[in-house]
Amino acid sequence: MAKFKGAVVVNTERCKGCDLCVQACPSHVLGLADQVNSKGYHFSEMKHEDDCVGCSACGYVCPDACITVYKVKIQ
Amino acid sequence: MTTKDIINPANLVYSKAKLMTENPMHYCPGCSHGVVHKLIAEVIEEMDIQDKTIGVAPVGCAVFAYNYIDIDWQEAAHGRAPALATAIKRLQPDKFVFTYQGDGDLAAIGTAETIHACNRGENIAIFFVNNAIYGMTGGQMAPTTLEGMKTATCPMGRNTELNGYPLKISNLLAELDGTCYVTRQSVQKMASIVRAKKAIRKAFENSMAGKGTSVVEFVSTCNSGWKMSPHDSNKWMEENMFPVYPLGDLKDTEKK
Ligand SMILES: Cc1ncc(C[n+]2csc(CCOP(=O)(O)OP(=O)(O)O)c2C)c(N)n1
Ligand code: SF4
Ligand code: SF4
Repeated sequence: MAKFKGAVVVNTERCKGCDLCVQACPSHVLGLADQVNSKGYHFSEMKHEDDCVGCSACGYVCPDACITVYKVKIQ
Repeated sequence: MTTKDIINPANLVYSKAKLMTENPMHYCPGCSHGVVHKLIAEVIEEMDIQDKTIGVAPVGCAVFAYNYIDIDWQEAAHGRAPALATAIKRLQPDKFVFTYQGDGDLAAIGTAETIHACNRGENIAIFFVNNAIYGMTGGQMAPTTLEGMKTATCPMGRNTELNGYPLKISNLLAELDGTCYVTRQSVQKMASIVRAKKAIRKAFENSMAGKGTSVVEFVSTCNSGWKMSPHDSNKWMEENMFPVYPLGDLKDTEKK
């Protein structure tokens, strides 16, 4: 069976730290950063990047269109 | 393969629609409005109708919707979006015309406009965000507020003896001969978001095919008004809103 590996890029300035992507990720990749952006929000970031499968669930549920998802097939 | 290698345009699978402007949206963190905006932008982009689409923004939290999707817009007076959309579509029948409305806008102050536009079968799409509350003005009771649900103006919970029952306005609209498609969707999960997007596309297509009015209700959250986290709001919505406002098509004349 083909396996996929993914990676996400969060627009940390646009992110409001709502946590919906963190909750939506089936692989528990994401978490909120300890740092804050210029508006004071703890933005989302990859905490366990090796576990990302590029499913895009985080991107779909993000209300602020902050997440870009990349995906590759690995044998 | 490292994360750095994967982050390459050739591997892109999901990104912000180009039609969404760079303006940061003013909605509270986690608000359903953002997801619905995104889906409308994605559909317009995929249908390649940016130059042919006119949105009508409401009064309510979505009052600034025109700042976020790069198409032509008109701002309606509170509740009057379907009347304004009627005029726009009749004057410019080659345009895709839609309204974007909250439940206070569509089902309280604008009830007459909503019902009569649907009854006339105006060839418009109505996108209806039902979060069971007046979000913008500070979380007052709406006609759609659930029985027992606490809001600023019913702090003990909605009492049906005093305040009547949650208004299932989409069911009402489905009864009208002018509507061709009335559906209830949600945007809290990937699968529901995919379905909601299909419904938006269908509503746009119907409007150009001259089939009558399409109404897409999005059962939504207002986490600020509900005083819960965005995630808890989604759970509360699934447990409490869905039994009163069940998802699915209420009417689809195509499927007769
Ligand atoms: C004529 C008029 N009456 C009342 C108001 C106050 N008002 C502004 S928004 C709103 C209700 C908005 O609720 P809803 O349509 O559910 O949208 P939401 O903010 O929840 O997205 C009201 C009553 C107004 N702006 N204009
Ligand atoms: S793409 Fe899927 S696996 Fe990767 S962070 Fe997003 S939700 Fe998690
Ligand atoms: S008040 Fe409610 S509807 Fe308005 S932006 Fe905040 S969460 Fe969204």
